[in-house]
Amino acid sequence: MPILAEIRFALRAALWFVFLTFPIMVIKADPIGQTVIWRWRNAVWVGACSFFVCLALRLWKNYRAKHPALGPSNDGGSFIHRILDHSGQRRAFLGILLAAAILFPFFASSYQTNIMITALIYVVLGLGLNIVVGMAGLLDLGFVAFYAIGAYTYALLHLHFGLGFWQSLPLGACLAALGGICLGFPVLRLRGDYLAIVTLGFGEIIRLALENWGEFSQGPSGIANIPRPGFFGMTLSLDQSILFLYFIMIVFVIATIFVVNRLRDSRIGRAWIALREDEIACQAMGIDKQKTKLAAFALGAFWAGGMGVVFAAKTTFINPASFTFLESVIILSIVVLGGMGSIVGVVCGALILVLLPEYLRALSEYRMLAFGAILVLMMIFRPQGLIPTIKSRYPLENLTDDRP
Amino acid sequence: MSQPILQVSALRMTFGGVQALAGVDLEVGEGEIVALIGPNGAGKTTLFNCLTGMYTPTGGDIILNAPGKKPCHLNGLKPNKIVERGLARTFQNIRLFGRMTVLENVMIGRHCRAKSFILGAIFRPPATRREERDITMKSFALLRKVGLADFAGEFADSLSYGAQRRLEIARALATEPALLLLDEPAAGMNPRETVELTRLIQQISADGQAVLLIEHDMKLVMSLSQRIYVMDYGKRIACGPPAAIRANPAVIKAYLGEEDDAAA
Repeated sequence: MPILAEIRFALRAALWFVFLTFPIMVIKADPIGQTVIWRWRNAVWVGACSFFVCLALRLWKNYRAKHPALGPSNDGGSFIHRILDHSGQRRAFLGILLAAAILFPFFASSYQTNIMITALIYVVLGLGLNIVVGMAGLLDLGFVAFYAIGAYTYALLHLHFGLGFWQSLPLGACLAALGGICLGFPVLRLRGDYLAIVTLGFGEIIRLALENWGEFSQGPSGIANIPRPGFFGMTLSLDQSILFLYFIMIVFVIATIFVVNRLRDSRIGRAWIALREDEIACQAMGIDKQKTKLAAFALGAFWAGGMGVVFAAKTTFINPASFTFLESVIILSIVVLGGMGSIVGVVCGALILVLLPEYLRALSEYRMLAFGAILVLMMIFRPQGLIPTIKSRYPLENLTDDRP
Repeated sequence: MSQPILQVSALRMTFGGVQALAGVDLEVGEGEIVALIGPNGAGKTTLFNCLTGMYTPTGGDIILNAPGKKPCHLNGLKPNKIVERGLARTFQNIRLFGRMTVLENVMIGRHCRAKSFILGAIFRPPATRREERDITMKSFALLRKVGLADFAGEFADSLSYGAQRRLEIARALATEPALLLLDEPAAGMNPRETVELTRLIQQISADGQAVLLIEHDMKLVMSLSQRIYVMDYGKRIACGPPAAIRANPAVIKAYLGEEDDAAA
């Protein structure tokens, strides 16, 4: 009996769950009475929930296996891709999205707008790292260093030379790109785990330098009073400047998506993907490995630098504690969760990873637990990411005629 | 033989104490199909790796004399520079870009014949557009040539084994090589696929393409090549047309061993 086997399986899974969650769900130490409270009811709940969820999943899987026509096809034809494929639907979809994005701050509180700005910053950071990790396949665990370079560029240029947001923005982005090249040179020969370790080290070096080189960066106490971007010399109130920054970010996100999209569908984008697929074959086909890798590092870092400047302007205060390894991990999670190399995926990934913890605040202490569980489940059931990349298509129909 | 396209003289390659190539001489003429055979471990693939810049040879000289270009030394150049000079290869164990489409794989081959970089990619000026169109068009024409046009939009790793081999050849051809190096193109193929491959190589050669191939399938080697080089222990032990090689005692010895060797 297959159904009986499924029930047995689900029962076993439920028992495991009860066992694994036992320390946090059942045992509770009461520090005042110095006793241990055994919350057996929780164990029952965990057991029952995991049993039914597991059973439902197994049955659904069986059902899908018997009716293959129901399941999504394997070529990544997800719902969003189907919409984006159809040019009319795509225009409508993007139009609605843009309208929603523009109207959002007028309906939301400035607190919510602020969260959305953070989310949009992470969208751009994710898209930047997506070039390095998703397309070129270079595992970079120190991406936050470039973010820090951008932020400190603005903070220091303002502190010493009184430069404004708009002058610092290109400088911060370019300095970060330069930083990307500086990191890229020594690691040209490295791949995979080795590269990950070196980039991790690079990220830490930048953070530690900022923390300890007091004369340069004011150390752990950070730099305060960084101005928000001005609007043609007008002074804006706090709410207005948040609104303004929000629209700046919307423009940035659109510009980034545009540029990254074009890069991917270009000669250099193909070279990045080829580099990810097979480095040796890539060279043997005439691709300059060094140039391609450095371009990936520089372009990835460029966006991070720009976002660093925006971040400094948003918080008006920065210190090295904002640029820890955890930050790199979050950006990397965005890319992996969204789907390596997929632009739509990374945008969704960033929004989910930044907004979910914010809105899960209601669950307060279980917030990070839920967050972790979501990541684990994602990796089990959809390792290719939320919205994996689709194959690029080229206009082959009109290739036969030789018009220029 | 006309002016040779590839001229290898006294090529040496040592790994520590092991001498993988002990002074190899080799020549490939224009439009020729030349085969390189020898027992396993004879140094054939090492020779290929030296030619294509994967290894830097310890000694000797490699001169490529691409038609319409100045002759140039290839030793010590980076692999991608060598491809630019006009030497392209396929691999013994297939090395395609699995998660790229069949068409994109060939387009990568066109990479070294195009120029646009970051700014071109972002702003797409007419020159870049023309270049992209040219890349797509030439790549698709090559797919047609190797009979893979119907699979242009599929991922390369979803192709059958024989088709993957043909795709590797198309990708190498996309670099417009003066000389095409094929490393065991028929390895692991069934007889029908081998026949198809033989026909494909003949067709490529008919277009004037010079080919140097390593192969163990003697039927393919004998039917295709105009000249054969035989290597053993990093040295050339014989060279000549197929009929002469078949009768050469040194070759027979290398492949079958001497009687007292066999007894040992």
